[in-house]
Amino acid sequence: MHGEAAGGGGMTTKLFGEPVRRREDPRLLTGQGRYLDDLGTHALEAAFVRSPHAHARIRDVDVSAALDVDGLVAIYTWEDLPALLAQPLPLLIPHPALTHGRTAYPLARDLVRHVGEPVVMVVARDRYLAEDACALIRVDYEVLKPVVGVEEAARSARLVHDDVPGNVGAHLVQEVPSAAGLGAREAIEAAPHTLSFRLDIERSASMPLEGRGVYARWDADDQSLRVYTSTQTSTSVRMAVAARLGLPLPKVEVIAPDVGGGFGVKIVHPWPEELLVPWAAIALGREVKWTEDRREHFVSSAHERAQVHSVRVGFDDDGRVLGLDVTILHDHGAYTPYGIIVPIITSTQLPGPYRIGAYRVEFSSIYTNTVQVTPYRGAGRPQAVFCMERTMDHIAAHLGADRTAVRAVNFIQPDEFPYDQGLIFQDGRPLIYDSGDYPESLRMLKELIGWDSFPELKARAAAEGRRIGIGIGCYVEGTGVGPYEGGHVQITSDGRVHVSTGLTSQGQGHETVFAQIAATELGVPLERVSVVTGDTRRFGYAVGTFASRAAVMSGNAIALACRKVREKALRIAADALEADPGDLEIADGEVRVVGSPGAAIPLATVAVLSNPLRYAFDAEAARATQFAGASSFDRPPVAEGEEPGLEGRDYYSPLRSTFASGMHAAIVETDPLTAEIRILRYAVVHDCGNLINPMIVEGQIHGGVAQGVGGALYERMVYDEHGQLLNASFMDFLMPYATEVPFIETAHLQTPSPLNPLGIKGAGEAGVIPVSAVIASAVEDAEGIEIDRMPISPSELFDLRRSAG
Amino acid sequence: MTDIAITLTVNGVVRQVEVPGRRLLSDCLRHDLGLTGTHVGCEHGVCGCCTVLLDGEPVRSCLTFAVTVDGHDITTVEGLAAPDGAMSPVQRAFAECHGLQCGFCTPGFLCTVTALLRDNPSPTGEEVLEGISGNLCRCTGYQNIVKSVHRAAEIMAEET
Ligand code: FES
Ligand code: FES
Repeated sequence: MHGEAAGGGGMTTKLFGEPVRRREDPRLLTGQGRYLDDLGTHALEAAFVRSPHAHARIRDVDVSAALDVDGLVAIYTWEDLPALLAQPLPLLIPHPALTHGRTAYPLARDLVRHVGEPVVMVVARDRYLAEDACALIRVDYEVLKPVVGVEEAARSARLVHDDVPGNVGAHLVQEVPSAAGLGAREAIEAAPHTLSFRLDIERSASMPLEGRGVYARWDADDQSLRVYTSTQTSTSVRMAVAARLGLPLPKVEVIAPDVGGGFGVKIVHPWPEELLVPWAAIALGREVKWTEDRREHFVSSAHERAQVHSVRVGFDDDGRVLGLDVTILHDHGAYTPYGIIVPIITSTQLPGPYRIGAYRVEFSSIYTNTVQVTPYRGAGRPQAVFCMERTMDHIAAHLGADRTAVRAVNFIQPDEFPYDQGLIFQDGRPLIYDSGDYPESLRMLKELIGWDSFPELKARAAAEGRRIGIGIGCYVEGTGVGPYEGGHVQITSDGRVHVSTGLTSQGQGHETVFAQIAATELGVPLERVSVVTGDTRRFGYAVGTFASRAAVMSGNAIALACRKVREKALRIAADALEADPGDLEIADGEVRVVGSPGAAIPLATVAVLSNPLRYAFDAEAARATQFAGASSFDRPPVAEGEEPGLEGRDYYSPLRSTFASGMHAAIVETDPLTAEIRILRYAVVHDCGNLINPMIVEGQIHGGVAQGVGGALYERMVYDEHGQLLNASFMDFLMPYATEVPFIETAHLQTPSPLNPLGIKGAGEAGVIPVSAVIASAVEDAEGIEIDRMPISPSELFDLRRSAG
Repeated sequence: MTDIAITLTVNGVVRQVEVPGRRLLSDCLRHDLGLTGTHVGCEHGVCGCCTVLLDGEPVRSCLTFAVTVDGHDITTVEGLAAPDGAMSPVQRAFAECHGLQCGFCTPGFLCTVTALLRDNPSPTGEEVLEGISGNLCRCTGYQNIVKSVHRAAEIMAEET
């Protein structure tokens, strides 16, 4: 492992930083992608009987009627599971504050705690028949009264888990005193101005267009298992499967094929189905597959976002925040398999780009009888930014100041990095910002959106009877969390470069950006590089693709592995060319002596030289056999300390996260009659350090903003008091189409991260983070009515107008 | 359940298959005929992932029973490229403009846009938005898809 400064490496084929076209596209554009459900043509198929009740005791399961279904193969309930598998699912990320972590059983045992919880698994010849059998299985439930709504749950005497008092799974306080040693509450009391308000955000969900899915093959002769799963973390699924099915790890392979979007929900593992489907494949000695349908995805995977925040802030006449005190109620749903990452992120990312005088944050994570909550793109940050940016807007309104001016007085300045926020971040490490330039970012954004000239525009619109408003939102995002990722690079004797890394891809273009990094580091044309991700056969150690970490973690690991290979190649080439390694460079796939054009040797030949062979199976190999000459009799064919082959492996493990940042602004128009909200313009200034591929980064921003627009205006999970999700379909859970998403204007600022060799920061989630805050700010500006809960629909705006008089 | 024998012309090739009456066209294409390029995102007609061309017109294959299209002509994403494998202008434009990320919605978009541009070779911005407003994409934010449609129109104009 290394920690070199940014730059480094003699880069001759400069592909890093170029808007290179994606290498995965030809496959995906011609129908040749291989997503989970495209595999396993002859596999048996599974379907699940899921609870129709939010809270109930299972009295009896009667499968007799289902037994006659033609093509039925097996029916399993909890009682059929072997001891290891009959345990509750793992609690993946324990935390000392999570005193009452609870997870579900793979199939419900006695109790169900949300609609959609799996109770019975059916395996049949195909999915139609499996569903036929499901429909004939009778489950007798004693229906219990559910707990729905986070405030209701916090007050309620009724419990989601009998042994969790007050429904409180976790409670955590972090406090950073002022420089003078004042606590936040004291600082607020002492401040010239104070404000208190409440801010709400509704539930939404990742909602990738491809749902989840698992396909497993058991090789009885080899006693080995291969699992394909639509996951964001194949290596961890592998470990979970081995552990819970009692298999030796080397006998389990897990592959993430093409994955149709993840956005967080596919990081949860093991899903019950990821254990049950492989187990059934072993038990039946047949290939088994399960593909989630859309309704299942709504009621049995995971949601996020729902939180209630109470904010109290104290500030001076310039709007400088002297004290900030935030109390958060986090709705965790029925279980906590992924720990309390979401409220931890909200509470620690809340200060954003600002220097807060004194900060106190407290959250309680509450169980309810609803689908579990796990990270969705942005993971707690949209809520955090909504809190902080609404606070800035409130301060500006109170002082009658410009909203950007209030932000500017609070910014951490460029010369203050590294800046320690004094908090402990999601990775258990200190939250220290590595680099950034917030004043410049704001300057760029104001210019891009035309902030200073907006009042004239607004006045002109008003004169025409139109209401328009402008809003702004700033954020800092911890990206590239550890602990590590690795990369393996091999140059074969045909001159091709094979790169592999353990983390997965769900459409972010990893095949392209990792190839760009390898091609740049090794001085080879892009066409010669191939990349494999998420296949435990090729790379077994990895964490996963989430938290905007892929490029930072695997990108740097691959660069480091390439540098090892490069060094070895130079050493071997130096021998062959009788030159000093320091006089050599690699370009266009050749090792050359700098300044002497004739003296060069192809990398392919270096690869041949690196591997002394016994057998000549092709022309290249013939040149490497022991009778090919040029061997020295006083050295073994593979020198001590050497390995055959031109390959290298390295890992990148950062000291701590790197902090990307950005600012968004929008101009919206609200219809005076219908209260319809239209986004007229949307501008983004984004800083993720050095850009590997600006086209791909922009694509990530566009996608993020679109999801943010969904979160701000449309997406919400509507539960009734019985814990029924009333809108579990795309007809009723509204996601934006092309007609709802504005054109997004972007500008890039690059403050390289000093923490990693490539100087990069993550970009995957940025787009989504500030959107609700920006739209709220803009609607408030257009309407002159406080907006304190998101999403906001036209009918809600209409109601707000009425109650505002 | 008795299976029903049907004959479809898929991407120019006559295919015979026996399916139960309730078999969805999407499942028939994907699982009976092995054309997995057509994707299923919702199975209730909203997302557009499963869009194929039925006698040239875009339809939701998840809302269509296979038996109801007996004797008809179907084009899936696998059939958009030229016989020699060269990608169609629409496919090339999507690659050029980064009109896809995970690629799951892409086959549906490609079929929709192919029909759109056949009927209206130089659509306005509004017409493009309208034309693709029945297809969901969760990744791209649509901006580059819109750009791809305009670019495809341009390529088609250049090449005729
Ligand atoms: S799968 Fe057919 S419209 Fe969604
Ligand atoms: S590219 Fe992933 S859904 Fe459109």
